Amino acid sequence: MISVEGLYFSYTGRMDDLVLDNVSLEIREGEALAILGDNGAGKTTLIKHFNGLLKPTKGVVYVDGVDTRRASVSELSAKVGVVFQYPEKMFFNKTVYDEIAFGLRNFGYNEKTIERIVDNVLSIFWLSKYKYESPFSLSGGEQRRLAIASVIAWNPKYIILDEPTAGQDAIQRELITNLINIFIERGKTVVIVTHDVEYVAENFKRVILMDRGRIIYDGEVSDLFRRRSLLERCNLLQPTIYKLESRLIEDGILKDGFRDFRDALRKIEDLIKSVKIDEED
Amino acid sequence: MKCIRIRGLTFKYSGCEWYALKNVSLDVEEGEFILVSGPSGGGKTTLARTIVGLIPHFYHGVYNGEVYVYDMLVSKTPIFEISRYVGYLFQNPENQIFMTTVERDIAFGLEFRGFNRDEMRERVRRVLKILNIEHLAGRRIDELSGGEKQKVALAGVLALNPKIIILDEPTAYLAPKSALELMRFLKKLNEEYNTTIILIDHRLDLASQVASRLIIVSEGEIVLDKPIREGFSEIVYKRYGVNVPTLVRIYEKVRRYGVFKHPPLSVDEFTSILKMYLKR
Repeated sequence: MISVEGLYFSYTGRMDDLVLDNVSLEIREGEALAILGDNGAGKTTLIKHFNGLLKPTKGVVYVDGVDTRRASVSELSAKVGVVFQYPEKMFFNKTVYDEIAFGLRNFGYNEKTIERIVDNVLSIFWLSKYKYESPFSLSGGEQRRLAIASVIAWNPKYIILDEPTAGQDAIQRELITNLINIFIERGKTVVIVTHDVEYVAENFKRVILMDRGRIIYDGEVSDLFRRRSLLERCNLLQPTIYKLESRLIEDGILKDGFRDFRDALRKIEDLIKSVKIDEED
Repeated sequence: MKCIRIRGLTFKYSGCEWYALKNVSLDVEEGEFILVSGPSGGGKTTLARTIVGLIPHFYHGVYNGEVYVYDMLVSKTPIFEISRYVGYLFQNPENQIFMTTVERDIAFGLEFRGFNRDEMRERVRRVLKILNIEHLAGRRIDELSGGEKQKVALAGVLALNPKIIILDEPTAYLAPKSALELMRFLKKLNEEYNTTIILIDHRLDLASQVASRLIIVSEGEIVLDKPIREGFSEIVYKRYGVNVPTLVRIYEKVRRYGVFKHPPLSVDEFTSILKMYLKR
């Protein structure tokens, strides 16, 4: 479990300059959690505390009971794998192979095992053909996959992804979505930071909303996406099916809300079919 | 009037084994608003680079064919000249921002071109106002959020008054409401100043509300080039590896009932068509 208790953080160390302001939350094992919020709300700063890159100015963060102030980044990273935004900034090896092997070498795996793992990861992420290419020669979407692959390679228990679907095409997005589902099925804990409300609406149940360094919502995705004013305050928009739902309810066309995307499809189809039946009568 | 003309363009980056663009031809009329989408690695950014002249002047490789921007042959014209007409917003604003404060960064391109001080001040003031970021004027760049940096980078492009603006995934890291505001702003620029906009984006749901033409680039080729609504109808059948908007997916499911002639582009459009149908 990752447990955040009364976390305050400021880059200057001053309490009048807070980026995180009394944040508390628990992330249970095997859970999938999405963190939403405007640019500059403190989302990335929060996840940097999970692998100890940042230490609390006040308050405590525990990873499986270990206080992150008393553990090194490499000790924490064995458990908590973080993939940051702008993956091109993370690369520094000459080849795609070495980029993925880097973490494994640091954790002391032998070269034979490393080769097996890297080949496996490359094929899962559709990157095999770039094995000996420079990471910098890849397209933006391919670099994103490489960044995730480099972290997945050492099999961390907690996987934290900052904007995994930003700038991704449909194929990558689906691939990433499927991989995240596989991680969850295998008992991994997955936390994503994102602006992609459509993606969250279809794939997540629990969501956290941050605003100016505070958590202002922690609960069900379907409940949050019905609170338009709360979303707008954080520069977010309602996902399409919730927007559609509220319009149809306002217009008296729909009585009950949609449970999820599939339910929305079924209900809209039923509405249209009801007219067909009337016409036939 | 055609502002961009591309004929039989083929390009391969040096050291790379495959062609990034294969025999691409394209005409763009002045004042168009084009959405360019397609799978990652398909050639979208490469195509943009050939228009602004980064290819072949900065990125070298095998280059065949012709690209004209307002009758200037890009391969024979210095980037400096082309950039009088074409503004390019990079995928990552960090690659575009050079100076330490907002005002100085926006003025950078003007200074480089030798504008006098008063003209520079006036232009910076004007773009700050247009983008509604006057409050950022004196701020340090490193204090800004990602979305704010994106706007500053755009301000730097706008200050030069380009006739064509190419934006490479400007919304990827923006909160959805900021992304929508950016789209509306581009639309305004397009309508009021007749600026030609070429927007590269994976988020078809927002961009489709402002663009009028859809181009899909895949494996180095233009595989679709249609007015936006017709383009969406084709996405339903062929996918092309683009993110199909939720409304288009709903349309796909209920198409056989004949309620919608084309995929609706907005929730408003969807509900009004459905309402009319249900009232019959």
